[in-house]
Amino acid sequence: MVKENPTRDKLLTYMAVAALLIFLWYAESHFSQYSLRIINNIGIFIVLAVSYNLINGIAGQFSLGTNAFLAVGAYTSAIFTLSPEEKIRSFIIEPMIWPLSEISLSFPLSLLLAGVVTALIALLVALPVFRVRGDYLAIVTLGFGEVVQVVANNVVSVTNGPLGIKGLAPHTNIWWSWGICIFTVYCVVRLINSSYGRAMKAVREDETAAEAMGINAFRIKTLAFTCSAFFQGVAGGLLAHLITTISPSLFTFMLTFNLLIIIVIGGLGSTTGAVLSAILITWGSEALRIVEEPFTFFGYDYSGIPGMRMVLFSIILILVMLFARRGIMGRNEFKWSVLLNRFGRQSKSEARTS
Amino acid sequence: MSGNLLRIESLVVQFGGVCAVNGLNLEIENSEIIGLIGPNGAGKTTAFNVITGMVKPTTGKVYFLNNEITGKTAPFIARSGIARTFQNIRLYDDLTVIENVMVAAHSSVSYSFPEAILGIGRFGRDERRIRIKSMELLEMMGLERLASEKADSLPYGSQRKLEIARALALEPKLLLLDEPVAGMNPAETSDFAEFILKLRDNMTIGIGLIEHDMSFVMNVCDRMKVIDHGVEIAWGDPQHIRNNQRVIKAYLGEG
Ligand SMILES: Nc1ncnc2c1ncn2[C@@H]1O[C@H](COP(=O)(O)OP(=O)(O)OP(=O)(O)O)[C@@H](O)[C@H]1O
Ligand SMILES: [Mg+2]
Repeated sequence: MVKENPTRDKLLTYMAVAALLIFLWYAESHFSQYSLRIINNIGIFIVLAVSYNLINGIAGQFSLGTNAFLAVGAYTSAIFTLSPEEKIRSFIIEPMIWPLSEISLSFPLSLLLAGVVTALIALLVALPVFRVRGDYLAIVTLGFGEVVQVVANNVVSVTNGPLGIKGLAPHTNIWWSWGICIFTVYCVVRLINSSYGRAMKAVREDETAAEAMGINAFRIKTLAFTCSAFFQGVAGGLLAHLITTISPSLFTFMLTFNLLIIIVIGGLGSTTGAVLSAILITWGSEALRIVEEPFTFFGYDYSGIPGMRMVLFSIILILVMLFARRGIMGRNEFKWSVLLNRFGRQSKSEARTS
Repeated sequence: MSGNLLRIESLVVQFGGVCAVNGLNLEIENSEIIGLIGPNGAGKTTAFNVITGMVKPTTGKVYFLNNEITGKTAPFIARSGIARTFQNIRLYDDLTVIENVMVAAHSSVSYSFPEAILGIGRFGRDERRIRIKSMELLEMMGLERLASEKADSLPYGSQRKLEIARALALEPKLLLLDEPVAGMNPAETSDFAEFILKLRDNMTIGIGLIEHDMSFVMNVCDRMKVIDHGVEIAWGDPQHIRNNQRVIKAYLGEG
């Protein structure tokens, strides 16, 4: 029986991260452009899933605002990485307002700014919502998503309206997306193992009992929501500079719905589950692209149905809700001791049979 | 002046047409155990809810350490030093036993949010301090071997003890226990009586307790208040209460 051992576990974690970095380095020079794109997507979706799980699963506050925060982050960082000349060239309907038209920042700074701006906007949303008790967050964030769409479409001198912003430099590579992915997972894991994380879970479990133990539920919920939005804003910046073209129609509610599927399948409240599920679903939805494309199946011509993947994912979600409520991980987290024990048992039983 | 620890003055609580508490006065001193008894629906829990800021009183005032706390928020009152347990146990079910206790130590945490998410600064030392302190409280309640179990997997009696360990993690000056021995057998109950007396002596805190188990209350309380329909009907030491005609009537009914 292997016990928990902080020194060993830390070492193993470092080794795992090193292995991941070696894999990324190998992938960068050997994998196709298409595969690299998927790896980038996975990194960004892990950031999104882990931060979305923070507010929905850990703090237990049902938010539906991820698409909005992603949009705010994407637009913020895009606006700040374009050079003044590019801004003049792209903003053809209406020129960009000063001083935004003149400012141009480096990519990392624009990511940081994307996170900060998104977090501040989340704070403004949170203040009135969390003042009152009850489940208003879902409705308000849903409405907020619509507001962001309308703003992106109509405040043309900032967002370039329905045309969107094109020709962003492809700054996002696997080092950026996975670097930020590792940083996010590190921060969130630290957070949920701190007193602030325990307070979030206590609010989720029983808000009245949490307040009776001196926890300011309003503060804790606001903290979780703002922190989650920060990472989602950064992810938006990464996404913008990965696909290099953003427009209002990109950030629909479907994005939030996808993430909801991811964290429910992973196990609501489990960061490990969010990571595993983000990998599985992001990769899976690429692999499932075939169901939307025409192909021949035993001589039968299948024409491909657009949107079929969404149907499949919805069915998977319904099946999970019916038969595996707790998802992949339940609320459990990955522990080295658990993994080692499983391996240990397996190799022992293998030794016995041979 | 008496009631230096807690003082309630002519408290009235109305829920719609129901008058749950009607003109209640109550005083608790340091190192004193005060019992609050009365038939079902007498307004005992409501009184606790007002003291801890969960219910706003219709009229009346609550003073703690001679500061008025009427209408302050529950977390504020908890942080000022009033901890409680609940009649219908309210633990954080999906958290482990030790985490339940550590939650209540949140107000004593000195590290900031950024220190927590980066795991730097005061984080490590403070986290160890909280864990050790919480473990000590679990040992005190005899729960140390269950530290990493989920709270809702504990038997009923242990859950009640865990609630007390959690309340003590707040380092309260006043501890309010709502029916702490409900569901305990006689042996557990007498152990618990001993524990309460020791707690009062070792920690010098005031204790207010609601309980239906008469022999238990008579054993541990210094003085007690009997209420019925939100109105005080008797006040005094256990001996006095035992022989009070109005109390006997309230408990046995008018007929
Ligand atoms: N939140 C509330 N809303 C409406 N009525 C309430 C509320 N809380 C308590 N009451 C009512 O107030 C009265 C007193 O209730 P309370 O819970 O204080 O009684 P109690 O003395 O603790 O009784 P018990 O011994 O059964 O626990 C009851 O009639 C109850 O129905
Ligand atoms: Mg009661």
